[in-house]
Amino acid sequence: MRWVNRHARRGDRILLGALPIILLILLYLVLAAQRHAENPMDKILPLPGSMRDAMAALLFQADQLTGQVVFWADTLASLQRLGIGLGIATLSALVVGLVLGVLPPVRATFGPLVTAIAVIPPIALLPILFIALGLGETAKVALIVIGIAPVMMRDIAAYVADLPREQIIKAQTLGASSWQIMIRVALPQAMPRLLHAMRLALGPAWVFLISAEAIASDVGLGYRIFLVRRYLSMDVIIPYVAWIAILAILMDMALALASRRAFPWAHGAKH
Amino acid sequence: MSALLSLRNIWVEYGDKIVLEKVDLDIEAGSFVSIIGPSGAGKSSLLRVVLGQEVPTRGSILLDGEPLKPECGPDRGVVFQRYSVFPHLSVLRNTIFGLECANAPLTARLFGGARRAAAAEAEEMLRAVGLGDALHLYPAQMSGGMQQRLAIAQALVKRPRILLLDEPFGALDPGIRADMHALITRLWRDYALTIIMVTHDIREAFTLGTRVLTLDKRRHDPHAPHRFGATAVYDLPLLRRTEPAASEDAAEENSPQNDEEAIGNG
Repeated sequence: MRWVNRHARRGDRILLGALPIILLILLYLVLAAQRHAENPMDKILPLPGSMRDAMAALLFQADQLTGQVVFWADTLASLQRLGIGLGIATLSALVVGLVLGVLPPVRATFGPLVTAIAVIPPIALLPILFIALGLGETAKVALIVIGIAPVMMRDIAAYVADLPREQIIKAQTLGASSWQIMIRVALPQAMPRLLHAMRLALGPAWVFLISAEAIASDVGLGYRIFLVRRYLSMDVIIPYVAWIAILAILMDMALALASRRAFPWAHGAKH
Repeated sequence: MSALLSLRNIWVEYGDKIVLEKVDLDIEAGSFVSIIGPSGAGKSSLLRVVLGQEVPTRGSILLDGEPLKPECGPDRGVVFQRYSVFPHLSVLRNTIFGLECANAPLTARLFGGARRAAAAEAEEMLRAVGLGDALHLYPAQMSGGMQQRLAIAQALVKRPRILLLDEPFGALDPGIRADMHALITRLWRDYALTIIMVTHDIREAFTLGTRVLTLDKRRHDPHAPHRFGATAVYDLPLLRRTEPAASEDAAEENSPQNDEEAIGNG
């Protein structure tokens, strides 16, 4: 049988998917054990035990200075920034994308501006944001928004503009105005695409969050990673990175599930 | 006889390419006009001009003696070959949409009694096209024939002065196409519709129409083929049928279950 025709069963798929991850973990453990056999004080590849000890302090003991449990304070601060940034970006992408996609004069006027903003590397704007907005939360959220919103706007605008011309004509023969076409024809059809755009934007959003936190912050997952780097604390960095990965996967899965639940018509004929 | 729709000296040009030249037509209320012609003879351009999707380069179009606005409106309904239903709305909501647009300019949604009245009207129209049992399906769950039935119901619920069909049955299986021919004939008679249909199926044009127009170029310049446009070279009035043609009845009897079978497959 050709490889293109081989489809694994559901149970097998989970097993197959887990295999490379397990192998990587095993490889890490072997390498870490080797290094520790040569030098018990090795910090570069910490063993699970030392990660557990290091994380226990951050997970369960309140910080003496702030009185907060560091790990949860970091998670909360980062998720808050990410959530606000993603929320603002998504909302503006929806509004701008719809208007640009449905109304040709607006597209002609503002399309080039959105494109111009989208091609500027957001990190290059970070100094401007810090100067203009200070070093507080606003600048970090703004970096996430500027980083992901223009791409999302262009995606939604292009998607809406690509809706079959027949549909827009049909809506007009049914008496729909521009506004009614926007809210009843374009908006509902843009929603699944918007959730998809959010899923794709999650990756860059995390990049901009960690960057902003690394440069100027006093709490946050990115801040902690870059802080403990000075002490070569791989036993904190690795669990933090794993935690970020888990959070990102959960968000992605939640968005995919929400899209299937809320817009079954957009996901094939099986309702 | 007074004409419902009059085209006066219509020219359609794209750059220096002339697609339609000097089209003069009068279409009477209640007629079923089939438009045929070779590919690129401007059949669809003519339909788009009547629909208001395209503005003719020259000439004027009168509907009831009034010049048409160069924009689509609820006085002209349309069914395209594909993509003329909304994939995000169920059958019932697809049909109510037109009524909602007229009665709720801001929200385009109806509530309470107004909604029930609109739903009742839409249901009646859906029963007329044979979709009475499929009110809550989404278009993606339906066969091509059912989607075209929905597109017709959606257009008719607005009671358009003219119904424009752009190769509406071109993508359907022969059996289902025969069902659709019977359906459109029945609707045409029951609702006293005026229909303009573009098709590339000559047999379909003659079985359904009360008048067949053939678009083609009268003149041809071998060195600049794009400089002469097409116009109506044949304009054949057919005897108005009081009953559907015999072949159509036979086709209907042979395949009454075709569409229902397709539902199972779809």
